Amino acid sequence: MSLLLQQLVNGLFIGSVYGLFAVGYTLVFGVLDILNMAHATVFTLGGLVALWLVEGSGMSIWAAFPLAVLFSGLLGLVLDRVAFAPLRQRSDTYFSGLISSIAMAIIFESAALGLFGAHTVRFPPNTIKTDIWRIEGVTITSLQVEIVLVALILMGALSLFLHRTRTGKAIRAVAESERTARLLGIHVDGIIASTFFVSSALGGAAGILFGLYFDALSPDMGRSIELKGLAVIVLGGMGSIPGAILGGLTFGLSEVLTVAVTGKSNLRDAVAFTVLFAVLLLRPEGLLGRRRAREV
Amino acid sequence: MLLEIVGITKTFGGIRALDGVSFSVEKGAIHGLIGPNGAGKTTLINVLSGTAKPMEGRILLEGALIHSLPPYKVAALGIARTFQNIRLFAGMNCVENVIAGQHLKAKRQLLPRLLHLPSANREEREYRDKAMACLKRVGIEHRAAIPAGYLSYGERRRLEIARALALEPRILLLDEPVAGMRRRGIEQVGGLIRSLATQGMTILLIEHNMKFVMELCSRITVLNFGRVITTGAPSEVGRHPQVIEAYLGAEA
Amino acid sequence: MAFLMHFFAVYGNLVNFIGINALMALGLYVTLSAGQLSLGNAAFAGIGGYTAGILTMQFHAPYILSITSGAMLSGIVAVLIGLPVLRLRGVFLAMATLSFGEVVRIAAVNLTITGGAQGLVGIPNKTTTGLIFTVLALTGYFMAKLRQSRIGWSFESIREDEAAAASLGVNTTFYKTVAFTIGAIISGLAGGMYAHLNFIISPGEFGFSAAVQLLIYNIVGGTRIWYGPLLGATLLTALPEVLRGIGVTAGPIRMCVNGIILLLVILFLPNGLISLLSRSSSIAGPRP
Repeated sequence: MSLLLQQLVNGLFIGSVYGLFAVGYTLVFGVLDILNMAHATVFTLGGLVALWLVEGSGMSIWAAFPLAVLFSGLLGLVLDRVAFAPLRQRSDTYFSGLISSIAMAIIFESAALGLFGAHTVRFPPNTIKTDIWRIEGVTITSLQVEIVLVALILMGALSLFLHRTRTGKAIRAVAESERTARLLGIHVDGIIASTFFVSSALGGAAGILFGLYFDALSPDMGRSIELKGLAVIVLGGMGSIPGAILGGLTFGLSEVLTVAVTGKSNLRDAVAFTVLFAVLLLRPEGLLGRRRAREV
Repeated sequence: MLLEIVGITKTFGGIRALDGVSFSVEKGAIHGLIGPNGAGKTTLINVLSGTAKPMEGRILLEGALIHSLPPYKVAALGIARTFQNIRLFAGMNCVENVIAGQHLKAKRQLLPRLLHLPSANREEREYRDKAMACLKRVGIEHRAAIPAGYLSYGERRRLEIARALALEPRILLLDEPVAGMRRRGIEQVGGLIRSLATQGMTILLIEHNMKFVMELCSRITVLNFGRVITTGAPSEVGRHPQVIEAYLGAEA
Repeated sequence: MAFLMHFFAVYGNLVNFIGINALMALGLYVTLSAGQLSLGNAAFAGIGGYTAGILTMQFHAPYILSITSGAMLSGIVAVLIGLPVLRLRGVFLAMATLSFGEVVRIAAVNLTITGGAQGLVGIPNKTTTGLIFTVLALTGYFMAKLRQSRIGWSFESIREDEAAAASLGVNTTFYKTVAFTIGAIISGLAGGMYAHLNFIISPGEFGFSAAVQLLIYNIVGGTRIWYGPLLGATLLTALPEVLRGIGVTAGPIRMCVNGIILLLVILFLPNGLISLLSRSSSIAGPRP
């Protein structure tokens, strides 16, 4: 029983990182209807840059974190300017945007490889002081709690930003209808750029938390989460932010539970992708999404 | 009756786009479908062509039910259509667009082509000639090699008609065939429609240009808010008080 | 003659891989030519490769029987998967095929008969350069003729506008499934030939990255005519050698060049590099 409970707790922790990653992913999809395939490489670069700041300059993780998040946001602006903005008026923009983001993913990943090498790296010991608590036979570390708290705070901040601020409201207006937003006098290109900034900043933050949680970072670490992120946003309904959070938690739980039930860690992803496949066939609008299928 | 529309109802999220629409189309007729914007005209064309499924009602083609068939089967029964927002194959040139429209009429089997049989070449020449004839029919044969995306607006409308003609249909559904055209183009398309009808083709067309509809059509059905106001000869329809009200709106 | 022999001694392997990659790219091309974005073709190559490898190693089947069985099994799976999946459009189709591909990869990791994560080791080397290019030439010829047939015209119509194609009497579901299946058969055949060329196959080779690589070959070469993907696969497979020739050996730089080429093509040559060579209207037509 306590083993199962432990697995559930672990699933919740990793699920919150998936959720944070997926929120940024789904934000761009909600606004532009484009899959940003470079999101996972921003996740990687965010983590690696934070590590570089901590290791290279001896900075505290609490200072490195916001700097690396800012850097990730700037990468998002680069993505928008180079890969998406030039294609916006094209009739096949959904398809060509997907391709150009794949190109940017390759370029970013090669940058990560060139700058940080192909090997796995980790944060220096004592980057974060970790206490270990045992409650009812369940082990929880202070690091896990901090990760969940940071993820929740960021997701909450995003929610406030989208509903309370001018820019946030404009983002939602553009997501609803770009044309109407333009008619309302919203500076659409600027809003799209801010969307990319926010989305990528969250992606980078997820990368840092992921690196801290697993104590391992590598230039290809984005690859595994990329597919999971896709699964999460489909599960939650493309473009739906509460859906992405819920989808992330569900996905994290399903992973650990599969391992707990079958005892084979290899089957972890099998269940996840079978579920994704089934959701796509039976309910393509996702669990919380509104129905809208756009052709690429 | 060639085509019978009986009690067709179609709703979109609670709004009744079509509400018990019934009328018949005679063989060889040029039947006009008019009504203010949002009256449900295009929805009816979509239902007739199988693109949209009615909630209630029946559609009979020579007595056979067709309202539950998918679009490609409706096309195979000889009902061709054009689209209000013009859906050409923009990456193909004009003659290729028409060739794509020959799907039901041209076999173009793979095997003879793989084996390089001379019969395949002969057949292909025949089909190309037929495609050119369709372009000629609508008056754009000189544009055959031009990509569809380069055509003027009026030419695009004509090319879409040519592509529909490649199906050699019995019934042709035209959604605003002369929208955005100049007078000369309107006259030419009018002449084309007339000559198609004299050859026995049945035409159901939506058009906002009243003069065009009144002069061309043998019968007219008027829709308003998804209901049929009246069906009759142009002169009767023009005098119908509810039609006048629908067109003049609140001022009447 | 001496030069040719020298060339083959040095670049024989590269030439073989160009041929195999081109064949795999053609498999995806068929599906793309009907407007369907599939990220499952690497998995079809995997099904073909594993089937052929297992038949040869465990059942001592003759080579030709092994690779054709692999291709056929790929095709059968494609029909079964295609019927439900092809109702989806665009991004959703891409993700459904992608998750199918992941399920196939994970199955290969977990099954005993596929050799688990290590894969199949010791597959006899039976694929010859001559055979690769014969199959490639025949497939190319098939594509060219297919394009002129009613099947090819249907693919083209569906790619341009599915609703308009249906209004012309094209049974879109049927033809999309045909495109998906032909693509899977070609990919499966290429996979079987690859297995008998490379000695080892492992699950990772047929995953998401491989699927994306096939897409890149098509985009860089161009998807409006069948030799586009051949050009793309040839250039990008040879690129590392070319870069090595001019002294660039660092992995990240080679990868970066790959990405930059893809970016430049999608930004400035939406119909691929092939549109530089051919100015025919049906290839380089405008897309308003």
